[in-house]
Amino acid sequence: MAAVIPLIQTRALTRQFGGLKAVDNVDFNLESGKIHAIIGPNGAGKTTFVSLLSGRLLPDSGTILFDGQDITTMPAHKRVQVGIAYTFQITSVFANLSVYDNVALPVQRRLLQRGRVDPGALHQSVFEVLDRVGMADHAHSKAGSLSYGHQRLLEVAMGLALQPRLLILDEPTQGLSDGEIDTFIELVREIARDATVLLIEHNMQVVMALADRITVMNNGKILAEGTPSEIRANAAVQEAYLGGGDV
Amino acid sequence: MTEVRSNATRIWLLHAAVIVLLLAGNFLLPEYHRGMFSRALVLATYAMGYNLLFGYTGLLSLGHAMFFAAGMYGAGLPVYHLGWDVPLVFATGIAAAGLLSLAVGVLALRTTGVAFMIVTMMFAQIFFLATLYFTTWTRGEEGLVLQPTTRAIEFAGNTISLSDPSTRYLVALTLFAIVLLVSLRLVKSSFGRTLVAIRENEERVRMLGYNVFATKLLAVVFSGLVCGAAGAAYGLLFGYVGSGFASSQYSILALLYVLLGGAATTLGPLVGTLFMFYVIDYTSGLTSAYLLLVGVVLIILILFFPKGLLGTIREKWLPWLP
Repeated sequence: MAAVIPLIQTRALTRQFGGLKAVDNVDFNLESGKIHAIIGPNGAGKTTFVSLLSGRLLPDSGTILFDGQDITTMPAHKRVQVGIAYTFQITSVFANLSVYDNVALPVQRRLLQRGRVDPGALHQSVFEVLDRVGMADHAHSKAGSLSYGHQRLLEVAMGLALQPRLLILDEPTQGLSDGEIDTFIELVREIARDATVLLIEHNMQVVMALADRITVMNNGKILAEGTPSEIRANAAVQEAYLGGGDV
Repeated sequence: MTEVRSNATRIWLLHAAVIVLLLAGNFLLPEYHRGMFSRALVLATYAMGYNLLFGYTGLLSLGHAMFFAAGMYGAGLPVYHLGWDVPLVFATGIAAAGLLSLAVGVLALRTTGVAFMIVTMMFAQIFFLATLYFTTWTRGEEGLVLQPTTRAIEFAGNTISLSDPSTRYLVALTLFAIVLLVSLRLVKSSFGRTLVAIRENEERVRMLGYNVFATKLLAVVFSGLVCGAAGAAYGLLFGYVGSGFASSQYSILALLYVLLGGAATTLGPLVGTLFMFYVIDYTSGLTSAYLLLVGVVLIILILFFPKGLLGTIREKWLPWLP
């Protein structure tokens, strides 16, 4: 295999909360163009880990490289500008603003980076994104009045609107119905054609359907990493997480 | 999309109509009311500056009197002591408020919520005390009276006197109209959308790639500039510069005008200011305990219009109001 620079590389990444090592000495590589899932029991440090990647938290020690560039101390908003988008685990769309405005915010941020925000271009891009997630009809509804499933979709649309190189999805299917989950799987597959996706997910069906690679975390450490079939076969994972085949 | 466009037309027509009506006021209003309106227009401009920060960005400052007063002293001191021209001191007034808001913003924006209220209030208190301390130049509470001769603009051989009631009204209206249209443009822009988003969920805005601190600082400075322009105009139009305008009462007035008219509405500050002016005017004619009546009126208003007059009207009937 050719030596490619991983999109994300962490070295000895550590973050403590008091005495608890939420992320403990993690070395992690994320290959470009893949869907990579992180799984693990509650409290395994998954959300803390991706918060370190997105810059919501700063690490106590260790380094993070994005496409070879050291971003360990880069502020969160700059990381977004270099191409790391994060969608929240707890839905945090702007409930009092219209769906249009929710998507316009990331779109105008992206346009701003290339110069000025042209109203025509803004309008067009917003509807492109809304079409992609199938929400163009809701453009003028208040985001807070949408169903939960649609709010989750909007959250992803806001991430998409940034046209990121890496999209971090933190438990995107939590609380969705089965039908909504199927739509979601299709959407993530489509997103993965342009962007690398890092997915934190509890629903093993979703993980197995989507992931090219899986990392299993437990107690702030990486327990195992491999393809979905390797992870299924891993005895340590079975014990720690999958609970002996009720997947 | 035709709906969006027709809303835009409607919004511009409404604002143009308000300005035209106010212009007609110069010729139709009785002298007493024209004087009231002149003052109200300048203070409504001050309230619009406050509204940008409080209504749209969601930053509750309790110290905006310092920006108003910085504009007023920045203009008044050079007129009084150095005899500088009116257009020049109007600019120095605005510049003084701009610099002060930048300095205060950099420090105060390190805090949020209640701490931000207290820090802005403390800075304003320092400013107020400074106007008393440097009494050699400011004459403290007694203040400076700017003579009408110093408040005149020489223009193409003519002398335009700012103490003439009609000129005063028209100058106040011009300032008001400019700030109204600029803020309308602003709140409908990408920048305005970002400010509102910061008010709604700051963390989310950061995670969409915005430098939230820089954006908020820009909002503070913009707000400071508008309030400074209002303060400079007030001093120059009404010929008096005193430390009373730097007192906490004036910070609260801006908040009150905006809350009554409707926070985050472009016309709310005007409505709130005129409403307060006339409630005080009317009740003080009835009894010397007029503040008691004002209080009752305010309570009733808040009961029926919890989001201010225009804020509640927008919520219930006219969702397109900006």
